[in-house]
Amino acid sequence: MGDHAVVTGVAVASPSGLGTGAHWSATLAGRVAIGRITRFDASGYPVRIAGQVPGFEARDHLPGRLLPQTDHLTRLALVTADWALADSGLAPSAGEPLGYEESLRYGVVTANSAGGFAFGENELRKLWSTGPEKVSAYQSFAWFYAVNTGQISIRNGLRGPSGVLVSGQAGALDAIGQARRVLRKGASGVLTGGFDAALCSWGVTSQLVDPRISRDDDPGTAYRPFAAGASGHVIGEGGALLMLEREDEALARDAERHYGRVAGYAATLDPAPGSDRPPTLREAAALALDDAGIEPGRIDVVFADAAGTPELDRVEAAAIADLFGPYGVPVTAPKAMTGRLSAGGAAVDVATCLLAMRDGLIPPTADVRPDPAYRIDLVTGRPRRARIDHALVLARGEGGFNSALVLARPRPPEHRSKEPRC
Amino acid sequence: MTRRVAITGIGAVTPGAPGTRGFWETVTGGKPTFRTITSFDPARFRSRVAAEVDFDPDRHGLTSRQRRRMDRAAQFAVVAAREALADGGLLLSDLDPVRTGVTVGSAVGCTVSLEREYAVVSDSGRLAVVDPAYASPHLPDYLVPASLAREVAWDAGAEGPACLVSTGCTSGLDAVAHGTEIIRDGGADVMLAGAADAPISPITVACFDAIKATSPDNDDPEHACRPFDATRAGFVLGEGAAMLVLEDLDAARARGVHVYAEIRGFASRCNAFHMTGLRPDGAEMAAAIEAALDEARIPADGVDYVNAHGSGTRQNDRHETAAIKRGLGEHAYRLPVSSIKSVVGHSLGAIGAIEVAASALAIDHDLVPPTANLHHPDPECDLDYVPVCAREQRVETVLSVGSGFGGFQSAMVLSAPGRWG
Repeated sequence: MGDHAVVTGVAVASPSGLGTGAHWSATLAGRVAIGRITRFDASGYPVRIAGQVPGFEARDHLPGRLLPQTDHLTRLALVTADWALADSGLAPSAGEPLGYEESLRYGVVTANSAGGFAFGENELRKLWSTGPEKVSAYQSFAWFYAVNTGQISIRNGLRGPSGVLVSGQAGALDAIGQARRVLRKGASGVLTGGFDAALCSWGVTSQLVDPRISRDDDPGTAYRPFAAGASGHVIGEGGALLMLEREDEALARDAERHYGRVAGYAATLDPAPGSDRPPTLREAAALALDDAGIEPGRIDVVFADAAGTPELDRVEAAAIADLFGPYGVPVTAPKAMTGRLSAGGAAVDVATCLLAMRDGLIPPTADVRPDPAYRIDLVTGRPRRARIDHALVLARGEGGFNSALVLARPRPPEHRSKEPRC
Repeated sequence: MTRRVAITGIGAVTPGAPGTRGFWETVTGGKPTFRTITSFDPARFRSRVAAEVDFDPDRHGLTSRQRRRMDRAAQFAVVAAREALADGGLLLSDLDPVRTGVTVGSAVGCTVSLEREYAVVSDSGRLAVVDPAYASPHLPDYLVPASLAREVAWDAGAEGPACLVSTGCTSGLDAVAHGTEIIRDGGADVMLAGAADAPISPITVACFDAIKATSPDNDDPEHACRPFDATRAGFVLGEGAAMLVLEDLDAARARGVHVYAEIRGFASRCNAFHMTGLRPDGAEMAAAIEAALDEARIPADGVDYVNAHGSGTRQNDRHETAAIKRGLGEHAYRLPVSSIKSVVGHSLGAIGAIEVAASALAIDHDLVPPTANLHHPDPECDLDYVPVCAREQRVETVLSVGSGFGGFQSAMVLSAPGRWG
């Protein structure tokens, strides 16, 4: 039933590249995009490396009046929104606004974990070092979790059903699941995905106490998901946005590109620590396959969450091996090259997966050598050629949030339905 | 056929008397809960009034680990969820864990804990690069407020879909709607859905000071928030939580539990206008109202009561009045409209769920809570706002609306079970 929500536009701003093309070529090349933190002097920090979006100058892309009121997070999201809309053939911020009635049917549903954290740090410093009268009038909205959805809606005149979800790294899949629900209720299109960018000193400090963050200081080896002796993950910034539309509406406006369909979605939460009940990632994946109405055997690639700690990698590998059989499906985790981007991470994975589907190429998990004990077919080193009809994307938010999304290859044009059946 | 969703349990942590019963007595009693802020010294702030919860985590049986780990908002959410589950007569052992989910709305998450910890690692703002040696091990939970939903789920033993909904001041309404839609979709059988915010801290007070959204009437706290009154001067910051048990209406009937109300329809729109400003015509909130009624299959004149956003700012109350007229037509003049924020304050993301709880209780009790402090009619706000005293009348269908920073406009329609077939 849900297989009629189609992706008509994709845009990425990730450590692997600013823009979809740069991201895709770096990802296929297996190029590690993790490096020294440059946003502040982190030399005294126990964690000094991260994935940072390269070459981003907000003033090259956004009007000056937006800069004082936005965090780096929102600037990245606004620019990526422009690109995703343009890719789908809509250009509301570039002189082709939607009509008013139409604008009530186009919404924005994004995921975010930390808000405009650097903006918030700056205002907290002013408040605590000087006094309340120094706090910016923009603080009331520049830092909070809803900022990207609100600013994207305003810049592009999108007035439809909108939302913001927070579930850590799982957030973007939850946002896409919610976007599909919004389409089923009658919206025409939803710009959806996720972003995070909390690499200021206060943001890094708030993350690095997590023991799952690698203490390895070498960008080439710090984050090696599924490797024997994996030492944790690397933090990062960035994200991706997709234009998701009802297939009938996309056809009616002759949308040029159909990257794929959102065919299934499900989410679960792990039991509390100390419970004797098992983790529920496998359950989420199985429920998403059920929702898509397909057997595991029809999945051609799994984009793994790839936590990078032995315990969490084991849980995920076991779920995959159990559903698909040992070495039963190609598995990849290109996030090994970028670090984990929190709410942006799964959004980038979905974008990457759609590009993989388009080009018939599964990108590698850098050059990680998987621990044979996991019994998974991890794609490493070089991209692997494969026809991808269905793909499963897995994501886990810190503390046990599990989400799973099934993507399907777009149907050939002659089979696309103009009937509203989503 | 789409499943119908019922509210079968209510839990509340709100300023005033404790629990759901205390909440309903407080809002229908019409006596504001505002006072000078006690949680920190507010002397340097423009607005120094708030609606604080007198919350004793010990009395609610939170363990010392839970208290240390959980932000105040998470503690509110867990306590409200326990009350809701008990009220709905649901036991852990009755629930299939993976078919039980959680949605919690919150606008600002763990902001009090974040600010407290920021002051520690920055040496009260002296360090431009903060010192991680002093970082609390719980910071990741405060950084990503999904921890609120996870704590509720862990406490209840839920393993189904869980997430935080954060659409500013419509978070609470949107989170209840999100839970409703997950049940309708078949993603869960039972949802614990609601919202929590505990935002009363220097940074929150300072940011509302900066845009003059909160009331500066510090000398007379009780009357500081006056929704729809000609002299209104802003909202009073509040805190709290409400959590609801949502389940399939037929399942609820089959197990013979009391059904407070059915959630019939919901819609949200954005104004795409300004992050904090509202256009006076209320067009997008009106569009949300129309779409929610349409989904509910209830005509505008079927609504008995509007539970308003009614924050008490100059522009909100004018905007909302216009939206209600636009959305309900002439019927807007014939039904009661009231704001419980005049009594329990504006708890940002939490208040939407607290207002859904009030809407369900209004149906349950056939009683409309009043708008406190409304003595001077404003010609621009010319509806029946139920000033000062609660009103006994038949309430079978309620429209609850909300408006949030970011331009979010949400509307939910609830009705007595069976009222519309």
